[in-house]
Amino acid sequence: MKNRTIRAIVAGLTATVMAVAMAACTPKESDDTITLNALFMQQAGYSQEQIDEMLRAYEADNPGIKVKATYVSYEALHDKIVTSAPAGTYDIVLLDVIWPAEFATTNIVIDVTDRYDPAWEQDMLGGAYGTAFYDGKAYGMPWGPSTKFFYYNEEMVNAVGATEADLATWDGVLAVAKKIKEAGLAEYPLAWSWMQAEAVICDYGQLLGAFGGDFTDADGNLAVNNAVGVSTLAWMKQTIDDGLTNPASTTFLEDDVQKALAQGETAFGLNWESTLVDANDPDQSVVAGKIKILPTPAGPTGLRPGINGAMALSIPTNSKNVDAAWDVILYLTGKDNQDKYPTGWPPNWVSSYSDPAVTGQAPELFAAAEIGYADTILRPTVPNYNSASDALQAAIQAALVGSKTPQQALDEAVAAAAQ
Amino acid sequence: MSKTPAVPTRKRRWRHSQGFFAACLLAPAILVVFGIIIYPIIQTGVYAFTDVRSAMHPKGPFVGFGNFSKAMTSNRFWSSMGRTLYFTIVSTAAELVIGLGIAGLLNAKIRGRWLLRTVVVIPWAIPTIVNGALWKGIFHAQYGSLNALLTQLGILNSYKVWLGTPWGAMNMVIIADVWKTVPLVAFLLLAGLASIPEELYEAAKIDRAGRWKTFWSITVPLMLPAISIVMILRVIEAFKVFDVIYAMTRGGPADGTKTIAYYTYTTAFSDQNYGIGSALAYIIVIVIALLSAIYLRALRRSEMSLI
Repeated sequence: MKNRTIRAIVAGLTATVMAVAMAACTPKESDDTITLNALFMQQAGYSQEQIDEMLRAYEADNPGIKVKATYVSYEALHDKIVTSAPAGTYDIVLLDVIWPAEFATTNIVIDVTDRYDPAWEQDMLGGAYGTAFYDGKAYGMPWGPSTKFFYYNEEMVNAVGATEADLATWDGVLAVAKKIKEAGLAEYPLAWSWMQAEAVICDYGQLLGAFGGDFTDADGNLAVNNAVGVSTLAWMKQTIDDGLTNPASTTFLEDDVQKALAQGETAFGLNWESTLVDANDPDQSVVAGKIKILPTPAGPTGLRPGINGAMALSIPTNSKNVDAAWDVILYLTGKDNQDKYPTGWPPNWVSSYSDPAVTGQAPELFAAAEIGYADTILRPTVPNYNSASDALQAAIQAALVGSKTPQQALDEAVAAAAQ
Repeated sequence: MSKTPAVPTRKRRWRHSQGFFAACLLAPAILVVFGIIIYPIIQTGVYAFTDVRSAMHPKGPFVGFGNFSKAMTSNRFWSSMGRTLYFTIVSTAAELVIGLGIAGLLNAKIRGRWLLRTVVVIPWAIPTIVNGALWKGIFHAQYGSLNALLTQLGILNSYKVWLGTPWGAMNMVIIADVWKTVPLVAFLLLAGLASIPEELYEAAKIDRAGRWKTFWSITVPLMLPAISIVMILRVIEAFKVFDVIYAMTRGGPADGTKTIAYYTYTTAFSDQNYGIGSALAYIIVIVIALLSAIYLRALRRSEMSLI
């Protein structure tokens, strides 16, 4: 009798635990409300507060849909999308411009070409429109064009008798940087995001474009070990050796560069659009109002392309709520919504750039964007981009920390990418 | 008229047996173990022998040992192995030496020993990923507390980039790992120290043996079984190091902290090459299995020595 009681209790407890566990794993849908899970990044671009505000506004207009947002750092975004894909955890994911080829060939996100309005090709900026395309098909909706701009501390530049015009070329930037260092205004006038991450590829790419180079040859193979690619890397290393670049740049991401600017520790840095607001925010910056924005300086060839850092919103293949997810994406990327937040991320839409109500919110940014978005350099749009990028990141760093010559390092990167 | 009791059926007997009761108790645990250990091991094994790029296309052509051979002919594999070996040897050695010292201190009959034991355990209580983020902050070249402290004390003239070179970054990661793991090592060794009979030390004192002599002639020999167990346990853990590197350096600079576990992760998930990533995972499993076999043997020996 006693044993029976114990057995009954144990059986009951086991059943309860399993029932609770199963209930916890099952999405709760008490009514007709659809809950969408969306994955965003908490870094450059729109802030978490801005995205939350957009989503709450969407929910207010669409009572049947709730959107639960998850935020991760850019560095964690790709792997989170990959690992969550089989389970269909997310209905909306944020994609970098370098991922559509990989995610299309591995069936991680769906083809939305049929949902595209043909007018968008004219209505959107060229740098934004092509963001989610691979092999002639669209795998998401652009969430805005993006490139790295050149930020400078106006007070430091003026203190050495220089002006904005002196910062139009990289030679000019280095000349002003030397004066700032000699004047003791900054120990290291330049800070870069050269950590072993995609960030270092973006900075290298932007300089590579200014020096007249490209990532790939005519056949689409990585070809940065040519004269231009090597001299670009040698230039980067030289700025460290000359004491102009903060040697800690090899451990910096974009956030660190922004902090260095905001703390008045550095005079110059490349960074994304949102830095203009953040580095001038009195709550985050001791030099609020003194950080100015310019298009990226030109190299010896006179070219000044910015790295294409646009992003898109896509729908994972295993999402159960494709139509609802697309509706949310259309809202988020729509002109009305984007025009409200141009300082976080400039809009997709051409007409926004001539609307004073939009450009007036950030005139400096739009002035720089006019040049910055006109010419961008693309990273290779190939399915194995990440492994090539991984090899190139390590190679660039090996040259920057002096363990290999730029030529050796880039030769190895090209050989590794070809495997 | 008397009623003949019904003969219990086999099914009925089974439902009332202790075996059934045990099965009920074990079922949830078996389900969990199967779901999070057995199934992934089998699935990874399948991936390791097939050409699979993504989990969204889990079926690929059988390639035999092709993934293993591709993985093992890569320069990056061997350099990751070399770095893992360096990390494992240096971190384990440091943890054993410091852990033994702390264990001796915790074993001493001093006032406030309980407080000391409580304080020492704190680093072990911190999650590894948090520990990594903490040390990343400490070593930050611009805002890190280490640079601030050393420059204020006049030891450094200018800030040092602690994570700026491959070799330097690896050693900083080792420091972070040692700081977190020493308490565990110390407490395991403390258990060994506490089991040494006090009479042996008293006899050594009577024989006028010095502290050094006592340490080498009594403490070390009697602690050897415990030390070898802790050493193998730590070697196994150190070989798998991942989270502290993910939080502190992400394998950089210039791949300087890319250990084999981190290399496996990037191959499988960042590069989406599940086939080779799974082969790499199995190579790690084989090495760990060998180390575990040595560990179990050492454990058995130590049990024998106690009998």
